[in-house]
Amino acid sequence: MALPAGTKDRGWAVKCTSRTRRKLIDRTMKAAAGVAVLIGIGVLAWVLSVVFVRGASALSWSFFTKLPAPPGAPGGGLGNAMLGTLLISAGATLLGVPAGIMAGVYLAEYGAGTRFGGFVNFMVNVMMGIPSIIAGLFIYALLVVSVGHFSGYAGAMALAFLMMPVVARTTADMMALVPDQLRESALALGAPRWRVIVQIVFRAARAGLLTGVLLAVARVSGETAPLLFTALNSPYWPRSLAGPTANLTVTIFNDAMSPYANWQRAAWGASLVITLGVLTISLLTRFILRRRA
Amino acid sequence: MSTIRASVHGAPASAGPMPKAAHTGAISVRHLNFYYGSHQVLFDNTLEIPGRSVTAIIGPSGCGKSTHIRVYNRIYEMYRGQRCTGEIFLDGENILGSSVDLIELRRRIGMIFQAPAPFPMSVFDNVAYGLRLHYQLPRSELVDRVEDALKGAALWDEVEAKLHHPGTALSGGQQQRLCIARALAVEPEVLLMDEPTSAVDPVGTAKIEELVQRLKERLTVVIVTHNMQQAARISDRTAFFFEGRIVETGETTALFTNPSKKQTEAYITGRFG
Amino acid sequence: MPFGRSKRASMGLPLSKTGVRRGDALFHGAAVAAAALVPVLMAGLFVELAYGSRLSLEKFGFGFLVSAAWNPVTGNYGAASSIYGSLVSTAMALIIAIPLSLFIALFLVELAPPRLARPVSGAIELLAAIPSIIYGMWGLFVLAPFLADHVEPALQAAFGHIPVIRALFAGPPMGIGMLPAGLILALMVLPFTTALMRDVLQLVPPVLKEAAAGMGSTTWEVFRKVMIPYGRRGLIGAGFLGLSRAIGETMAVTFVIGNSHSISASLLASGNTIASTLANEFTEASDPLYLSALIELGLVLLVMTFLFQVAGHLWLSRLGRKTGGGQ
Repeated sequence: MALPAGTKDRGWAVKCTSRTRRKLIDRTMKAAAGVAVLIGIGVLAWVLSVVFVRGASALSWSFFTKLPAPPGAPGGGLGNAMLGTLLISAGATLLGVPAGIMAGVYLAEYGAGTRFGGFVNFMVNVMMGIPSIIAGLFIYALLVVSVGHFSGYAGAMALAFLMMPVVARTTADMMALVPDQLRESALALGAPRWRVIVQIVFRAARAGLLTGVLLAVARVSGETAPLLFTALNSPYWPRSLAGPTANLTVTIFNDAMSPYANWQRAAWGASLVITLGVLTISLLTRFILRRRA
Repeated sequence: MSTIRASVHGAPASAGPMPKAAHTGAISVRHLNFYYGSHQVLFDNTLEIPGRSVTAIIGPSGCGKSTHIRVYNRIYEMYRGQRCTGEIFLDGENILGSSVDLIELRRRIGMIFQAPAPFPMSVFDNVAYGLRLHYQLPRSELVDRVEDALKGAALWDEVEAKLHHPGTALSGGQQQRLCIARALAVEPEVLLMDEPTSAVDPVGTAKIEELVQRLKERLTVVIVTHNMQQAARISDRTAFFFEGRIVETGETTALFTNPSKKQTEAYITGRFG
Repeated sequence: MPFGRSKRASMGLPLSKTGVRRGDALFHGAAVAAAALVPVLMAGLFVELAYGSRLSLEKFGFGFLVSAAWNPVTGNYGAASSIYGSLVSTAMALIIAIPLSLFIALFLVELAPPRLARPVSGAIELLAAIPSIIYGMWGLFVLAPFLADHVEPALQAAFGHIPVIRALFAGPPMGIGMLPAGLILALMVLPFTTALMRDVLQLVPPVLKEAAAGMGSTTWEVFRKVMIPYGRRGLIGAGFLGLSRAIGETMAVTFVIGNSHSISASLLASGNTIASTLANEFTEASDPLYLSALIELGLVLLVMTFLFQVAGHLWLSRLGRKTGGGQ
């Protein structure tokens, strides 16, 4: 090392401290990464434990079977809201999943490489990022205004709007993973294109398709904002989806904002029910994917 | 096409008789050109393939061998921007005509691909797939035909006990023979094989080669292979492709022992490719 | 038994070919229709919301965007406070979430053994599965009292004497306002940005990392000097998508932001966002102008998220074409 005489010692010292400094920074940053992870997991545990502890005390048999009690009155339940949420989510699934799957089929099978296909593909990504409250507003302007009243159907449509791009995205991605040789083999046997897609490609990608559907269901069944001005809420049992329909999430919003202790307790119970439902679906999704991989 | 089916099986008079000689699976390719978009990959291919024989197509990779046979069953039409000009006659009928029924064409011309591609279903359903596609068969007959096809592909003894296991659970060589059985089940007149043994181990390859020898008793086999020994072992005739053109065609023994073109000789003696 | 030429009477009935062709056309048509529905719905969003807000558009024009008025009694509406709140809460969320996700991504990609990375990754993703309203409940009943009792007084004690910064923490510590809104948004954005950043950083070629490490770089230096620059484009894209997700988030914010139409420098003061105003006031809006003004708020939010989404995806798709390219 050709350092000028006299500077050699100093140079060595500078190098030395900088090396310890670098190691110190390295350790600090690694520790920071650990702390960041602990924050993330800690918050998850905090939120979940609060929901479980406060929600569990609200649960009882009548919570699942009865109508809401008036402020201050004991007992009562949110049976109507649970049924309503199930109905609205089922309706949304019936609307959103076929539309999403067919759009995904277009992207993976017919539109790949075309300009329109590329455009739709891009729009699906953009549509996934549209805030859920905008979906509610859209269906309000489209349906509620023209029909003249809130309805469970409108709620289902708002949720279907949110489901469709999610299902389309996963369908397209999962179908793209199916090797072309499988398609060609079926075509070469004389199968028409649609049977190749339905009987071969769907079947080969079925775990992925199921995951996409479950993800979409999980995403929308906990949604509140799109239901605020579509399904609204109702204190009665849902007889059909033609009128305002009770549902868990809007009930949580209303009850939590109310000054009544028993309603707030009910809101915690409903929070637990919805969280359990959504987490179950999410974990199921992960299980299916892992078993596949 | 019910008439054809019936005549092949010596069926009763419900269907009109059809001259059997017309359906030997002879192929005649005339002036075939092929394009990927504006890029031409096949140039004026003309080739006669006699019925009930094995024809090997050899040549260096990228010379258009696979592209050539992918025109026979028009599988290339699945992809945008691929097109061809020229004529291909199967037993005297131009299969590139616009009135040709693709579904029936592909029943008559089966295809085996490079990598085995069993469908994600049971062994039985794999073989039954084409039958269910083309015919409404009573269950008992379906079962019979699946068994026949598996025997025809020399696979029956190995899978008899696991007909309802997934087709993907078989070994690579077995999977490829399953694909052959699947293709045979609908009784094609021609079987196209696109490097069928390139993903199969030597034992499996030997079984498939042996099978091809037996297949030509009843149908026409066109096999693309990068393996010259394989072409020499199993084919009656060989066509040598180079840069999208057919350089030389002839009896396999003649072509390998006494090639008439320099390029052919260079290729088979291993000087390129 | 060669090729099963059994003595069978028939091959059964050949299936109809016209039916097959019709099936193909129908299926193809259905796929095209479903695909076309996507741009149609997107266009429908703009058309419907613009039509629904025509009263307000006519009356207030562009002034709507800059007016801070919000008075249902006099019928005077402006979006300024909602836009301000949306931007401030989103900015706070990103300032917290982006470094946090970057560190978590560092942990997942470089530090944790695969056996640990997988469950940690799963737990972080689970944060995204929790519905917005649950964060709202937790924020209102747990986080807000916690902030009011412990965090906000401490912040005031720490910064209360520093001029300018003092203004950020002025007012009584209520636990409700911009601070909890930003914190909760950060938590909700965190799983998305983390997943995206993790994926981007996993694309860094091992050769590059090894080369840097081989020259004596520490893990942090490899991360800071090689991996972040290499994945810069993807990391910025992740931030963009996180931003557009935060800006439209509704329920959790509505629970904790206080919902007042006011613009305050203090993070402890209550405010509102576009989404929270909609959630809070829409069903109470009785007269047509009020409703129209709310729908116009929605239109503003739609335009903002649409632009962010388009920009983010364009940015990322250029990334894809450049094969993970950094420079």
